[in-house]
Amino acid sequence: MTIRHHHFLRLSALALGLAPLAAGAVEYTQVLPEKSAVAFTYRQMNVPVEGAFKRFKGQLSFDPAKPAGARAELEIDMAGVDAGSAEANEEVAGKLWFNTRAFPSARFVSTGIQPLGKDRYEVTGRMTIKGRTLDARAPASFRQDGKNAVFEGAFVLKRADYGIGEGMWADFGTVANEVQIKFRLVAAPAPDKK
Amino acid sequence: MDRPAAYTLTAIRLHWLVAVAIIGTFAVGLYMHDLPLSPRKLQIYSWHKWAGVSLFLLVLFRLAWRIGHRPPAEPEGMPAWQRKAAAAVHHTLYLLMLAVPLSGWLMSSAKGFQTVWFGIVPLPDLVAKNKELGDTLQALHMALNFTMAALVVAHAGAALKHHFVDRDDVLVRMLPFLKK
Repeated sequence: MTIRHHHFLRLSALALGLAPLAAGAVEYTQVLPEKSAVAFTYRQMNVPVEGAFKRFKGQLSFDPAKPAGARAELEIDMAGVDAGSAEANEEVAGKLWFNTRAFPSARFVSTGIQPLGKDRYEVTGRMTIKGRTLDARAPASFRQDGKNAVFEGAFVLKRADYGIGEGMWADFGTVANEVQIKFRLVAAPAPDKK
Repeated sequence: MDRPAAYTLTAIRLHWLVAVAIIGTFAVGLYMHDLPLSPRKLQIYSWHKWAGVSLFLLVLFRLAWRIGHRPPAEPEGMPAWQRKAAAAVHHTLYLLMLAVPLSGWLMSSAKGFQTVWFGIVPLPDLVAKNKELGDTLQALHMALNFTMAALVVAHAGAALKHHFVDRDDVLVRMLPFLKK
């Protein structure tokens, strides 16, 4: 990654006068929701069910040359959750699950980013769901796609940590505690850097 | 062609095992579909699907047995139209015994819920998740079930008619303990 990047910088320096787009370090800032996805898989009776958060917005500050200074913030509109069926969507909005009326959004705010090598990072941060804020961490890979950056990763969230599925749903016999979260965030470079 | 005088014990056991399992699974299906969402509902749906997969395999075995073992002949003097009607009902029932679980499996896939037999053996999803297809297959699953229910009633009614009106051995040969 380091070698490739130095190469990139040298090329950029050469092209400085000709192609301002490639000049200097690019900073990715705007998450493009229509190109991004935050999906999840939960298990009920050991049957994997796919769902997704359809509405979210994100802010980044990611410069591949200075990943340690990167920041990320993602806000999810809980009214846009698709839990796999109309019946489930109605259920998870309720008090026992996300209690969407009282807690309309979930949020992740990064506190640190550690490079793991080969364009891979570990993002640590604070996750707030249903009014509870806990430390969270997730691996994320970075690649370029045209002028955009693509960050992909997956991690396991334990629903009980956030009180997601209380009362009759608290038992993990029907709906498992572990929920697999997958994300693909596509971010555009900061407009003022063009 | 020679027809045996009686059903094999295996054929009799398979008949009643499948009969009880179908009636049970059908009743559970009727009961579960408008339950409010709860862990219990998810469990019952899974049990219903496990039962359906098990029934499908049991029916395959039963069909193989049936092909290898001819049933006894119809009673002497049974009118031709009744023989034809009986054969048609039997064949359609066999077809439905396979089509009903198949339609349930496809419907489940189309609705986005994979079938995992006993929570252990995942069945492939032959169709992708698609709401319209899911609704169509649900209607098909229901229609096939009610057709089967009607045919089961006709089948049982015909057996009782043979026993009490015609006074032949059609019912008794499937219920040997009734034999005097």
